[in-house]
Amino acid sequence: MLHFVRRRFLAGAVSALVLGLGFQTVAGSAHAETTLRAVPHSGLKILDPIWTTAYISRNHGYMVYDTLFALDADGNVQPQMVDTVTTSDDGLTVTMTLRDGLSWHDGAPVTATDCVASINRWGSKDAMGQKMMSFVDTLEATDDKTITFKLNAPTGLVTLALAKPSSNVPFMMPERVAMTPSSEQISEFIGSGPFVFNDAEWEPGAKVVYEKFDAYVPRSEPASALAGGKIAKVDRVEWIPIRDHQQAVNALKAGEIDYIESAPHDLLPLLTGDENIDLVDINSAGNQYTFRFNILHPPFDDPKMRQALLYAFNQEDFLQAVIGDPDYYQTCKAMFGCGMPFETVAHMDGLLDSNFAKARELIAESGYDGTPIVLMHSTDLQVLTNLAPVAKDLMEAVGLNVDMQSMDWQTLVARRSKQDKPEDGGWNAFLTSWTAGDLFNPVAMAFLNSSCETALFGWPCDDQIEKLRDDFARATSPDDQMKIVEAVQARFVEYPTHIHLGQWKAPTAVRSNVSGVLDTGAAVFWNIAKE
Amino acid sequence: MVSYLLRRILATIPVMLFVAVFIFLLLRLTPGDPATIIAGDFANETQVAEIREKLGLDEPMVTQFFVWIGNMVQGDFGESFFYKKQVSDLIASRIEPTLSLSLLTIVLTVTIAVPMGTLAAYKQGSWLDRGIMGFSVLGFSLPVFVIGYALIYLFSIKLGWLPVQGYQRISDGVGGWLLRLLLPSLALAVIFVAFIARMTRTSVLEVLGEDYIRTARAKGQTETRVLLRHALRNAAVPIVTVIGLAFAILIGGVVVTESVFTLPGLGLLTVEAVLARDFPTIQAVILLFSFIYVLINLMIDVSYTLLDPRIRY
Repeated sequence: MLHFVRRRFLAGAVSALVLGLGFQTVAGSAHAETTLRAVPHSGLKILDPIWTTAYISRNHGYMVYDTLFALDADGNVQPQMVDTVTTSDDGLTVTMTLRDGLSWHDGAPVTATDCVASINRWGSKDAMGQKMMSFVDTLEATDDKTITFKLNAPTGLVTLALAKPSSNVPFMMPERVAMTPSSEQISEFIGSGPFVFNDAEWEPGAKVVYEKFDAYVPRSEPASALAGGKIAKVDRVEWIPIRDHQQAVNALKAGEIDYIESAPHDLLPLLTGDENIDLVDINSAGNQYTFRFNILHPPFDDPKMRQALLYAFNQEDFLQAVIGDPDYYQTCKAMFGCGMPFETVAHMDGLLDSNFAKARELIAESGYDGTPIVLMHSTDLQVLTNLAPVAKDLMEAVGLNVDMQSMDWQTLVARRSKQDKPEDGGWNAFLTSWTAGDLFNPVAMAFLNSSCETALFGWPCDDQIEKLRDDFARATSPDDQMKIVEAVQARFVEYPTHIHLGQWKAPTAVRSNVSGVLDTGAAVFWNIAKE
Repeated sequence: MVSYLLRRILATIPVMLFVAVFIFLLLRLTPGDPATIIAGDFANETQVAEIREKLGLDEPMVTQFFVWIGNMVQGDFGESFFYKKQVSDLIASRIEPTLSLSLLTIVLTVTIAVPMGTLAAYKQGSWLDRGIMGFSVLGFSLPVFVIGYALIYLFSIKLGWLPVQGYQRISDGVGGWLLRLLLPSLALAVIFVAFIARMTRTSVLEVLGEDYIRTARAKGQTETRVLLRHALRNAAVPIVTVIGLAFAILIGGVVVTESVFTLPGLGLLTVEAVLARDFPTIQAVILLFSFIYVLINLMIDVSYTLLDPRIRY
């Protein structure tokens, strides 16, 4: 009996100790009120936002680095690190002065030399940067705070490109870091942004930690999209990737995390009924689904076949199949996005309405011989999985022979870069999605690049589109730019490079004690407070 | 015994070499190119080619293999293509959650399964035996992730007793460490309890029919002593074999559990590495799993000599 009592006492004591310690730990973590725990849309693998275009690396960039310019909520370019910018009367000299108080995370002041090196590195890598640099004769730091561009022709592209909101964003880095060739990853992660990357606490694939940069001097204007004052209102941000969507939702409901960047549409009913959780919009412009042609091989080497699909497809079918809830999608015939600065439906009448008769007519004119069309179908990304079956169905409805091949996204990514014939491991078409910030004008839209071999996979080749893109880069007034955009759409209808399949968005879910989440198109963490 | 151990250790070399060749070829022949993944959506072929060259993936496959093996022999597992960290550091940082989960699962399993199986054998044909065997069938039939979600719903969402996900290092507090491991360990333990309880029942039943058990009873020994000292000890060899194999399977097979509970262990690292085609990481992790498997098998064999004095090498 005594043994029994002693054993029970010991067992109870151990349980109490273990549970006590455990609950103390959980309670202790709950007291860290200024730590914001967020589930990003994917795990952060690459820390160099210039080396890769992955959105998660771009979002990391916004934590650590700052930009010279940024787009505000109305889509206007606003200075960010820059204090003043002037353009000479002949439009050939652009001078920028950095604002006071900017410093790197190691305490050194930000200089114009750092910025020149950063612009050069970004300009050698990014497509829009390359276009901008094609107008630049010289780029110099004329003193510690002054950056001077000497241009070979007037262009409105300099500030627009430096305010580019999405990958690759022209982030500023110290000169010693920015001197790293753009073909190599940087190995030092010092920025001048509102948060400091904590390298020591980084657990690749498991946790990324950022701490507030106390010496950051924000702009005095209120935050507006990516522009305005970047005020860090929490001491620490932790990114905790949770691969399982259901588990991310469970963790949010249990209060273990505060923020899910992209809440899955099928689990929204679990979130909308919870009074402790709010759904907010960080990307009201949304994303655009896209069907990409491979123009190197039959049958899509013939523009008539591509036009046929512009007639055969309708956006509603795709959006319904993947998103389902009309609150989170909209049909949009404007190539450069609805709600975006260059929204226009010019020349889009009668397209994307599933006019099967017209599509069949064009297919007949093209002389399509029934050769199977290899349609790549990615199966592991929920927001893409249902697209290819819808495309296959619509293509078969107009008499095309579709060979839909299923694979994981990374296999698709590797295969889409192959120029081989479809029967030799190449491809004819696939579907993907872009954020609106990546396609808001003819220069930024990568799928419109029609420079043949140097164009993106699919390799469209059209002098007229390229000339129009150049014209857009040279245009300096919004009216002129809009006219060029309309001309681009007219040419696009004759020579489709891809098909836009409507806009969609995923809400961001936050605990109700979290406020100040900005609508920026990217997940940024300044201005966010946690009570 | 020493010469036996040496022979067994030497025998691991061709096994590991075979695994190395197999995993190397498997990765190279599987579709997917790390360079295009790293380069991102907007990269052109020139940029992809530059990255491929930096990673050494433009070299002939034979050259790549010998460079890798040569580095491995010198203790250099290479650098992760993505994280730009040494693979050995990545593995070191991820091994604690996996070992913790595996150990706790095995402790829970042995604590529950061996008494259950022994009791079932002792009470053969009773309602207790049928109940335990019924649980065993159920445990086999339920996938780990279903058990995991059910436990999370009950203990985390409804009752709020245990965390939904995540891991706390043991150095940050034993309580938090245990609290975060309880649900995943329980979820994983169900299937192993079912398996080992069944195995224990069969082994003990076999022994209980032996003459020396009757002799022990005839000498007036208590049933507890008969069961523990005579039956269970003599039934231990197959049970220990299964427990050892279960531990080896656990270490290499916790992928789903680590994914469901977001435990940053080797399983999750493997999933991420496979999805990203991070060749150096996948190769090193698979080799490590193979090595652990071989090592545990060796330990099981050695343990036989302790459990059964008749066995000598």
